[in-house]
Amino acid sequence: MKLKQLEGLLGELQQFSAPKVELEQYPTGPHIASRLIHTAENTFGDITGKIVADFGCGCGTLGIASALLDAEHVVGVDVDPGSLEIASENAEQLEVSIDLVWCDIRNLSWKGKCIDTVVMNPPFGTRRKGVDMEFLSMALQVASGAVYSLHKTSTREHVKKAALQSFNAATAEVLCELRFDVPQMYKFHKKKEVDVAVDLWRFLPQSVSRAC
Amino acid sequence: MRLLTHNMLACNVKGVVNGYPLRLEAEVVAERPADFNADFLRHIFARIDWKAFVGAARSLPEEHAVADLPEDAEPSMLASEDFLRRFHHALLELHVEKGALVCPETGRRFAIDKGIPNMLLNEDEV
Repeated sequence: MKLKQLEGLLGELQQFSAPKVELEQYPTGPHIASRLIHTAENTFGDITGKIVADFGCGCGTLGIASALLDAEHVVGVDVDPGSLEIASENAEQLEVSIDLVWCDIRNLSWKGKCIDTVVMNPPFGTRRKGVDMEFLSMALQVASGAVYSLHKTSTREHVKKAALQSFNAATAEVLCELRFDVPQMYKFHKKKEVDVAVDLWRFLPQSVSRAC
Repeated sequence: MRLLTHNMLACNVKGVVNGYPLRLEAEVVAERPADFNADFLRHIFARIDWKAFVGAARSLPEEHAVADLPEDAEPSMLASEDFLRRFHHALLELHVEKGALVCPETGRRFAIDKGIPNMLLNEDEV
């Protein structure tokens, strides 16, 4: 599937109807989501035929994009039941099948390393400090193939250090810098729309036993 | 929730040691056809906990229960198209829409509603 086609399909998805600021619910826009998933597949072959987990899936954009690129099995995880309901409707609308689990990423207990690839747009940790790193830590624990994630460009050095030193990643690489449009969604947003520079990262976990 | 997802989930309550596999109590199961991909099945076979998978497949309500998968499976079986078809069906085409997952150690129940298992913990379980 071509990038533009994927972006177009993702543009049809419903987004948060009543976003919760404490969860930093910002929709992953079709522009960024399509580039993340398209790059993961076309450059690295990490989506098609793989088992993909979408952490903090929200309305399911990244997981559904993975399913559209023929991931064999997709599991979306989110702590907010309202988002999961929208994700479920979104998947149905685009006629893809994804599994959803209602769980706090911090309390995830998954056996072995069944997951090939984790894709995520984690909370940036501006409301609750460190939550972005909790997502990354868990992603590197469950993925046997690769982790794709978005983090604010301003935190680049911190992310790299945490991934390599604290979470035992084998590699941590910024693939490109993207603009994340933050629309005026919450009352504390003073400007109409803000562009935030974000990095698209690819992390590789240490190769470990694949037994699951 | 497909049985492939069930195969990954363990009880996440703090302090639980033997929280796997979660016992599946399925009330409503839906069947949805999925594309058959023999390469994927061979790829995933080694990473599946077969015993947990077969246990879950056999526990499904009567009309969906999968009785034709062997108790023990060997990689040599992956050469058989017939085996792969049955493996594919149970792993990817059956969706538990309503029911519960039960921790084998503590009996803690995780409800499944609209196909989504609720693994959210109470404050005293974290």
